[in-house]
Amino acid sequence: MATSAFAPNARGYYGQFGGAFIPEMLYPNVEELRTQYLDILADPAFQQEYQQLLRDYVGRPTPLFEAKRLSAKYNTRIYLKREDLCHTGAHKVNNTVGQILLAQRLGKKRIIAETGAGQHGVATATVCALMGLECIVYMGEIDMERQKPNVYRMRLLGAEVRPATSGSKTLKDATNEAIRDWISNPVDTHYIIGSVVGPHPYPDLVARLQAVISEEMRKQLLEKTGSELPNYVVACVGGGSNAAGAFYHFLDEPDVKLIAVEAAGHGVDSGHSAATSVLGKPGIIHGSRTLLMQDEDGQITEPYSLSAGLDYPGIGPLHAYLGDSGRARFIAITDDDALRSVAELSRLEGIIPALETAHALAALDQIGAGPDDVVVVNLSGRGDKDLETYLKYAEKLTEQK
Amino acid sequence: MTDGTMTKKYLMKDRIKTTFEQKGKKLLNVYFTAGYPTLEATVPLIEAVTEAGADLVEIGMPFSDPLADGPVIQHSGTVALQNGMNMRVLFRQLQGVRQRVPDAPILLMGYLNPVMQFGVENFCREAAEAGVDGVILPDLPLDDYVEEYQEIFRRYNLRPVFLITPQTAPERIRRIDELTDSFLYLVSGPGTTGSQTGQDSTAQEAYFQRIEAMNLRNPRLIGFGIGDKQSFDRACQYAEGAIIGSALIKAMDGVDDAPAAARQFVQSVLN
Ligand SMILES: Cc1ncc(COP(=O)(O)O)c(C=O)c1O
Repeated sequence: MATSAFAPNARGYYGQFGGAFIPEMLYPNVEELRTQYLDILADPAFQQEYQQLLRDYVGRPTPLFEAKRLSAKYNTRIYLKREDLCHTGAHKVNNTVGQILLAQRLGKKRIIAETGAGQHGVATATVCALMGLECIVYMGEIDMERQKPNVYRMRLLGAEVRPATSGSKTLKDATNEAIRDWISNPVDTHYIIGSVVGPHPYPDLVARLQAVISEEMRKQLLEKTGSELPNYVVACVGGGSNAAGAFYHFLDEPDVKLIAVEAAGHGVDSGHSAATSVLGKPGIIHGSRTLLMQDEDGQITEPYSLSAGLDYPGIGPLHAYLGDSGRARFIAITDDDALRSVAELSRLEGIIPALETAHALAALDQIGAGPDDVVVVNLSGRGDKDLETYLKYAEKLTEQK
Repeated sequence: MTDGTMTKKYLMKDRIKTTFEQKGKKLLNVYFTAGYPTLEATVPLIEAVTEAGADLVEIGMPFSDPLADGPVIQHSGTVALQNGMNMRVLFRQLQGVRQRVPDAPILLMGYLNPVMQFGVENFCREAAEAGVDGVILPDLPLDDYVEEYQEIFRRYNLRPVFLITPQTAPERIRRIDELTDSFLYLVSGPGTTGSQTGQDSTAQEAYFQRIEAMNLRNPRLIGFGIGDKQSFDRACQYAEGAIIGSALIKAMDGVDDAPAAARQFVQSVLN
């Protein structure tokens, strides 16, 4: 990817987006990471350990499954990239396995993370247990309530879950608290950020660690369809890590249409939405200049989505650039449409998706794919963590559009 | 835009330099958040703290997501935003402040995003018009400052202040010193504002002495975790003065007369 038009420049900019807008207290840590991450990732010993863990611990490669009944319904050829089958139930672990190895090489003893849906928190707690490292996960108080099973899971894995009680008490605030922790612990701590957000080099680091998704897709597509390239790749975007991983090795293939699906919440114009690409303006969040939901005074506004993994008021700078440059198309999906897609995939294919993932599925009737097109949907996670929500909205799940 | 009249207009006074030259040591810089505890408290508080003996005043511009701040300043910002504080209101409040407080340097401190949305040039012009002397934006990267903002800051004679921490490398400290023409903000230890960073006092002392031995061009003020006379006096052994924020804000919590509480607090630190 060294020659990609979509790689960040030396200061971490994708076009006008990216950079590292951090207080001096964070500078040494971020600089340490920036000067070392590429060398560490390129180190054969690192690669060997990373690949081995992806295979033997995460369970990669994940299958690429041809969803025939879903394909019949949408009159196109749909393949599901089964990230839900990763250990811990979502793509998040690809990143945490890589970052824990990185943290070890940086000599860090203590790991912190933020989490929204809890999937990244669980994935972080998991690798910390594996490596015997102390783990603290910040989670918005509201998210702790709506994703209870994941809170229990993290605690069972030996992590400390600290509630974030400021602001909207969701993902953005958990991220603030994690950053404040890092400011307070500048020497022994590594911050495993959970998406392609934050100051440079995080967006690039996390994208590289998730890139295994599209690397596998190309091989699997060649086997199954005779071509490495699909016509469409569809993924949901919270911060954008599963989408970055699913898009990565197709970024420089202009024939592959990239579809990024955001959460519209109650509707893009309802005042209760997380559709950053529509509602955002350039601004700074968590050390990155990107599209950001904010008021006219530059105060960050509180996003809304029923899904805890998508209600982030920004998107990763790569995605802001993909949208700006026209490389990716953004679609926003409401809570209700996502819920219907949960039931649809469950009944048509016997797969219960995460609520985040269901947003990507709900975009299938909007992308314009024809009968001969190959569509890959990145099935970022499984729905176990959302069962309580699904029960609560049981009627909406099965109502017709 | 860089014509002489404009530049001259804002070159009248170098209050920061004068303050450091005249007093030289034991300078007290106080921080509070604009619009806290009430929307209109900003200017009465500037008057109260300077009358009580504070040498410099830092006005916090509230932000929804203050990454470098601890719970006390976070809370004051939330209240201030609820009270209706924003950049326009602040600049309206600051009109005429120089008639009441002619000499004490006033600095604005906050995060880059609200400044960017207001427009950096607009922000600098309004600040200069109001008689503001310096700006502290902790999340403004040095390179971005040099490439995009330095010229604008200079045009309006606004002095940037940058932070230095125990982890800041010596060559970076030199660079910050070169880019500064006011004072250096020495963060006392690892932590957000208001945290008790002085636990390991030998390490802290070594840090302050290491900086002192660098013979930098600019004077230094120590901030973060300074909260009373004892910690103020101690900090003043290693620098020209110190900065107090959270403790002052806490002292105004729940009181009826915030300026009186602030005055009393400043006196308790100085006397
Ligand atoms: C299953 C699943 N998909 C997607 C996301 C959104 O994150 P990202 O946009 O970084 O992939 C999450 C976040 O928690 C998730 O759990």
